[in-house]
Amino acid sequence: MRFLPMRHLTKRWRRLGLHVFKSRVKFTHSMVRALGHSSISLVHRLGDFALFTLSAIRETRRCRKLGRRVVRALFEQGVRCLPVILIVGAFTGLVLGLQGYHVLNRFGSESLLGALVSLSLVRELGPVLAALMLVGQAGSALAAELGIQRNSEQIAALETMGVNSHGYLVTPRLLAALLAYPMHTALFVSVGLWGGWLSGSLMLGLEAGVYWSSVERAVEPSDVQECMIKAGVFGLLTIAVCCYCGFNAHRNRAATGAHAVSASTTRAVVLSCILVLTADYVITSFLM
Amino acid sequence: MNAASSTTPLLSIRGLKKSFGEQVVLSDANLVVHRGQVVTVLGRSGTGKSVLLKCLAGIEKPDQGSIWFDGKELTEQAAETRADFRRRCSYLFQSNALLDSLTALENVILPLEQTTLLPETEVMKRSLEALRQLELDTFADRYPSQMSGGMQKRLALARAIVTQPELVLFDEPTAGLDPQRRNAVFAMIVKYQRQFGFTAVIVTHDVAEVLVISDHVALLDAGRMRFEGKPEDFAKSNDPVVIDFRDSPAALRQQIHGLRLNPPFV
Amino acid sequence: MKSSHLEYPVGLFVLLGLAAIAWLAVKVGAGSLLGGPTYVIEARFANAGGLNPGSSVMCAGVSIGRVESLRMDPKDFSAIATLRVMEGLQLPVDTMASIKTTGLIGDKYVSLAPGAEEEALKPGAQITMTESSVDLESLIGKMAFGSVSNDTNAKANETGTSPAP
Repeated sequence: MRFLPMRHLTKRWRRLGLHVFKSRVKFTHSMVRALGHSSISLVHRLGDFALFTLSAIRETRRCRKLGRRVVRALFEQGVRCLPVILIVGAFTGLVLGLQGYHVLNRFGSESLLGALVSLSLVRELGPVLAALMLVGQAGSALAAELGIQRNSEQIAALETMGVNSHGYLVTPRLLAALLAYPMHTALFVSVGLWGGWLSGSLMLGLEAGVYWSSVERAVEPSDVQECMIKAGVFGLLTIAVCCYCGFNAHRNRAATGAHAVSASTTRAVVLSCILVLTADYVITSFLM
Repeated sequence: MNAASSTTPLLSIRGLKKSFGEQVVLSDANLVVHRGQVVTVLGRSGTGKSVLLKCLAGIEKPDQGSIWFDGKELTEQAAETRADFRRRCSYLFQSNALLDSLTALENVILPLEQTTLLPETEVMKRSLEALRQLELDTFADRYPSQMSGGMQKRLALARAIVTQPELVLFDEPTAGLDPQRRNAVFAMIVKYQRQFGFTAVIVTHDVAEVLVISDHVALLDAGRMRFEGKPEDFAKSNDPVVIDFRDSPAALRQQIHGLRLNPPFV
Repeated sequence: MKSSHLEYPVGLFVLLGLAAIAWLAVKVGAGSLLGGPTYVIEARFANAGGLNPGSSVMCAGVSIGRVESLRMDPKDFSAIATLRVMEGLQLPVDTMASIKTTGLIGDKYVSLAPGAEEEALKPGAQITMTESSVDLESLIGKMAFGSVSNDTNAKANETGTSPAP
């Protein structure tokens, strides 16, 4: 009899404990499930993106009048982005020259200014900054355009006409990116080098010959090669991501209509920027 | 089944089923379309008329049922048949779905240039001819956004017929048009149907005009065909749903009959 | 815009882009690349610290080539540097190679000092008269502990050691 209330109590406690335990198990279960769900959907999306890009590349052979579409895409990705690339490139070089000069001046080795400016531009800043600028200017426009075309059934119309929408809309843009990105990067680096010369040599008084010979001595052919490889990979990746996001604007569950277009454009730009920097690290570590 | 025989219907839909989540749009839709006919699918808004057409055009995938075109079944696997169907069929979107980054002429050139192997001069000739027939030849260099709604509709029709299709699907071609324009569009459809000899499937809810132009009428209600037959039979039918749809002004008169007694404004 | 209107600016852009790529590749990237034919000689160092593949090879202050590769001789643990130099240059067999530094903290490079012999080094021949890198840190360390005067000679150690294999 003495134990009865005690037992009663422990029973209650035990029940309470079981309850807490159960809810905790439930919570963990739902967390694990959410994790599983998001990783499956991530893998699914990655696979979908890979198939999207591959089918666009495969369409290269079957496309008709591809040249004209590529010219149009080159106009958008190339000519339209020229001002921003030139301005940003020049100022990047100017700032590098200015900062580098003052840092190197402390050690009395201003003569290495050319090496500093050229190596940072050729190896990293040129490809990365040019790609980011191109995403901002051409990639976002591309994602929005495709999103609107999806929204107003223009892509469905292409399909009903028997035109392969991948081949018509995506393939020429990917090809144009493979041309435009390396060209823009080369322009960015060239303008940046002249910017460095302007600030280091013209404004701060470093001998021009010292600057240019330092540039020429520092940059190896393999650096230029790496720069071009990076630019091509960035171009392919970012334009593919922007096309993918715009093309699939209708698949967004959270938003429809104009909101879906804006959401897909934002996602395209953010994902592209992340991809540029991630791919930059991976390529650098492979090529070093 | 002999594909070329004239008794084979050009298009037949059997037991088509489509639902979006919980909502069942088509439960059991059947339709037979013979060559050279103008077939109209009527139905209230939201009864799945457009979904039926989209299933036909391959934009939506039906859950169940089969679609037969010229004696062959259109399935996901039969890529060859589907490609053949796309070549021989055009779809006129309710929203026109013109490519707004291309001029009127480029819009018409597009299907010919991308899906046929015609030489460039021939493509240009046919496209200009299609524009001329729809009285758009003076607007060849305009963009769709610079055109009126009626002109856009005509441009979409020009793009649809330039490939000389055997079957044209019209998704509400008169939505949002005034009665005169509506008549003009229907007249245009019939005119070109006679001229080019294509088979037309029109989805609409303009009863009066439809009874004049079509050879075959179907009424879609609650996901299935409530009525299918000749327009004369449609006009005589005693089915309450048909009456409700066909004689809507009378029904309206009946509905508001009692309201007349108390005018809201003094 | 019609595509014919696009062709001109696109063509200009492509020209500009190609010019930029060419400038980078030919002028900037390959500025220190040796034009014309080259040949290879080897140099054996007791210590090649700081030298890298790609470091310059200078003669009388003029760049005449680069270090192609560095490897180890397993027999006597000395470093063997493969140098690629311009072909027109006939280096005498008693040329001396030394590892030097540009400025106080600059890059290491191989400096060749031609000797007086008539006979020239053949492609693939080895220079054994070498002077290794100066180990700056231990030099500073010695200076801090006050025994620099005895050791400077030992640091810049001559290695006329092993015969060619």
